[in-house]
Amino acid sequence: MIASTLQNLLAPLTWRMAWRDSRNSRRRLIVFSSSIVLGIGALVAIASFGKNLEAAIELQAKALLGADLVLGSRQAFGDAEKKIFAELGGQQANEISFSSMIRFPATEGSRLIQVRALDGPFPFFGALETDPPNAGQEFRSGGALVEEGVLIQYGAKVGDVVRIGDLTTKVVGSLKKVPGETVVFATIAPRVYLSLGEVERAKLIREGSLARYKTFFQFPAGTDVGALVKERKPEFDQLRLSSDTVKQRQENLGRSMENLTNFLSLVGFIALLLGGVGVASAIHTHVKQKLSSVAVLRCLGATNAQTFAIYLAQSMALGAIGAGGGAALGVVVQVGLPRVLKDFLPLTVDFGIAWGAVLESMVAGFGICVLFALLPLLAVRSISPLVAIRAFVQPSARRDFAQWGAIALLMLGIGGFLVRHTERLQDAAGFGVGLLVAFLTLAGAAKLLVFATRKFIGPSLPYVWRQGLANLHRPGNRTLLLLTSLGLGTFLIVTLVLVQQTLLTQLVSSRQDNRANTILFDIQTDQRQAVAALLKEQGLPVLDEAPVVTMRLQSIKGIDVEDQLSRKTNGIPNWVLRREFRSTFRDTLSESEKLTAGSWPQKATNDVIPVSLDVGIAKDLRVVMGDEIVWDVQGVPMTTRVAALREVDWRRVQPNFFVVFPPASLEAAPAFHIMTTRADSTEVSANLQRAIARKFPTISTIDVTLILQTIDSVLGKVAFVIRFMALFTVLTGLLVLTGAILTGRFQRVQESVLLRTLGATRSQVRQILLVEYAALGALAGLTGVLLSVGGAWALSRFVFQVEFALPVTIIFVALGTVSLLTMAIGWLGSRGVLDEPPLVILREA
Amino acid sequence: MSEILEVRKVTKSFATTAGPLPVLKEISFHVGAGATCSIVGPSGSGKTTLLGLCAGLDQPTTGEVLVGGRSLSGLGEDGLARLRSELVGFVFQNFQLIPTLTALENVMVPAELRGDTGASQHAVELLGHVGLAERLGHYPTQLSGGEQQRVALARAFINRPQILFADEPTGNLDSETSGRIVELLFELNRAAGTALVLVTHDLELSARTQRTIRLRGGAVVEDVSR
Repeated sequence: MIASTLQNLLAPLTWRMAWRDSRNSRRRLIVFSSSIVLGIGALVAIASFGKNLEAAIELQAKALLGADLVLGSRQAFGDAEKKIFAELGGQQANEISFSSMIRFPATEGSRLIQVRALDGPFPFFGALETDPPNAGQEFRSGGALVEEGVLIQYGAKVGDVVRIGDLTTKVVGSLKKVPGETVVFATIAPRVYLSLGEVERAKLIREGSLARYKTFFQFPAGTDVGALVKERKPEFDQLRLSSDTVKQRQENLGRSMENLTNFLSLVGFIALLLGGVGVASAIHTHVKQKLSSVAVLRCLGATNAQTFAIYLAQSMALGAIGAGGGAALGVVVQVGLPRVLKDFLPLTVDFGIAWGAVLESMVAGFGICVLFALLPLLAVRSISPLVAIRAFVQPSARRDFAQWGAIALLMLGIGGFLVRHTERLQDAAGFGVGLLVAFLTLAGAAKLLVFATRKFIGPSLPYVWRQGLANLHRPGNRTLLLLTSLGLGTFLIVTLVLVQQTLLTQLVSSRQDNRANTILFDIQTDQRQAVAALLKEQGLPVLDEAPVVTMRLQSIKGIDVEDQLSRKTNGIPNWVLRREFRSTFRDTLSESEKLTAGSWPQKATNDVIPVSLDVGIAKDLRVVMGDEIVWDVQGVPMTTRVAALREVDWRRVQPNFFVVFPPASLEAAPAFHIMTTRADSTEVSANLQRAIARKFPTISTIDVTLILQTIDSVLGKVAFVIRFMALFTVLTGLLVLTGAILTGRFQRVQESVLLRTLGATRSQVRQILLVEYAALGALAGLTGVLLSVGGAWALSRFVFQVEFALPVTIIFVALGTVSLLTMAIGWLGSRGVLDEPPLVILREA
Repeated sequence: MSEILEVRKVTKSFATTAGPLPVLKEISFHVGAGATCSIVGPSGSGKTTLLGLCAGLDQPTTGEVLVGGRSLSGLGEDGLARLRSELVGFVFQNFQLIPTLTALENVMVPAELRGDTGASQHAVELLGHVGLAERLGHYPTQLSGGEQQRVALARAFINRPQILFADEPTGNLDSETSGRIVELLFELNRAAGTALVLVTHDLELSARTQRTIRLRGGAVVEDVSR
């Protein structure tokens, strides 16, 4: 059968017959091919854009890092580091970055920023994008280069005076873009560039301050930086220096951008799958309408393979038209993609059509379309020639194994796409299973609706209700198709909204109860009393206070961290080994902590200090109760033993710590303090921030509202991109809906005419249609919303690990919108139904 | 005269929930080359079922049908299609023209399916013969019932079949048009030397055939040769 079908596909007669046979249905078939256009368009746009992105990363690789090599540390560079830097040679630049408060005296506004104190001609490649353009150089001799968004937020402009810690300086320019960094990054941590000299003179960094130190290198052309890093790696590890080369940055960026385009491809793929369902439905209807033509062809001597090939050829043409249309649309969409993704792109991407990627997506779209069409097409093979002479032919009882083959092929096609576009096999499987569950649930709901309307619609209902609901189960109904397409669209959109709402609700709730909502940090020991007094003066409580001592790991279970870093098999992530721990000492558990092992507090002895670890970090460090850890507390080794494990609720706004020491252990170490308080209104919070910034310029204040705004803004940006992609699915759903209404139109016109001939008024016929679409819309909406509640719950629980919040208003708005939209499209698509004069239709019939 | 159609002890039953339902019971007859035969009987007597079995559109439950000396039992779906293409022509009650094809294209289909690429001239001649030379490019919906049946007749003869099966060929036509179609049917049958097996309710039409087989309740109750 397969061989003869392929043979027939090559015969000109097959294509001639396919062309002739499509004469009456070309317009309808083209409407249906448009249902895959959007999906293919999305894939084409993303694939081609992805190639442009790859090319841009390749081309702008050096500018993305700004240097040939970057070495970084959480500690100020000492003599050992400086010796290595001198040996490495080349041109060098230094940067110290840390958090601080910026204050705008003109408006009294202040906010947390990330200061980058720069010394030297960094970036060596590329440039800081600023306004005015020379501001990227000007700040090096004095003044602040301030993130554009911050200036806009506080109504400040170039030339205004700002205070950063103890430093008063002038804004010399607004910072628009730093090579290799995204706008989202800037939203989370707005950047302010200062000259390193100015920062040092103003003593903005004090002992114990949290800062990150970097040195940038530019080597003579032809230097093998990779080999250089490899050679000095043991020394870097020993000094816990992180290194980043152009190649590493290129690879990391390439990977993250690939993840982004893969994710977008998957969202686009859902649109294609939905379009595929539309195509399958169209072919199903098409084949049903061609029953007698196929039977006649069989009577006239056409073989099974011949007739099957004719309709397969039509489906292939449908797929080719869809792929062509999709490619054209994709190229248009691609022009707009950099604008949609601009906040997530760390580099400029030029437009160019990547023909290879376009072709690959077209082939994928064409393949999926033909695979979906195969299922209903196989029915052509079982059409008996007897249909030509009999009104009813008993269907063959033989099981058609080809159907299973077609399903397997379809699954294989979908699976292949998923594997190609996900990093791990389990992700592909998870996505596939999720999709299957969504499809099956929607199909199940459709079956249930068909069953319920058939079984439970009694004579007590008014006539138009009975008729409208009966249309849902009558032969030729579109219930399955409409419910699937509408429900899937609803599911995707509502899930996104629910997850976003849950995350925001989580944050808002922490703002609304009596917990702390303002954090003050970088308080020096000698400032504690005064800060507490200031809070009291403002009528604010000190809810929590904790000393913070920075430290690093020296050894775990007797093995030096340097050795651990060089051992690749210990399973401890490098970032944990290299990180700077900010620990505290106290004899109590806080509200956000729960003891899971051991006891607290415990007394420190002379040689070993008992410590309590967060269970997560203990797992990362591969330590259990009783294990020994030696800490390097700013140059002083301290031997500790894991004596208690705590489960910490990191979502709570209060000082939380990975490691807690007992009293009488760290008191002598240089520390800074954190205090939390609760400001009940924006005004109180602003007053506090102003007072702190005026009196203690080096102390940073974080208002949870700011975090909320930042997260809201980032989520908004992410949601915009996802919604943009989901739009393809929603539009496809609407196209499938329109197509389904159009294919059912002839049947509706006939029914309407018969009803009107038998005495039904136009208004009654109209009401029947509205009841049918309202029921479809309501159930599709309900199923989609229920699925999305499940999906959003799972995402909240397992991915974001927050408590799922169910916003009832959104649920009802979604339900109402889907129902009304379905009714509106159903109504628009059926407009002509009432206008056809009965006689014309009765003659045609 | 050699036999073009042989029906040997053919029975046909359909499975129902109440057990097998016999529709045809041990029917046997044969039709010689170029002969004409009609099958008559009331509705539900098994006429159309018998026609379907004779033309290889369906398989008998028991018994055997031979067309052109070849048993249909051993042939698969595609074998039967090829046999129909080579030996059999069809005329249906409701004309069964393919609505998306023009009159000329409809006539050409059986020849094209056989791989005969030069059938166009013959199709034009046949359409001319049935009086539709001016309607070659018209679609079925643009033709009257009688014209559609004439196109169907032309189509039935395009492959010069050895046997033509006609299922109520005048069932959907008025008496005047029926008369013209019947004349054409018998004329083409004579000219091509094709055997004709037709199923009809029309006794006048059946009287024009050389033999009439009357069915009742799935069995032959009368077999008259003239």
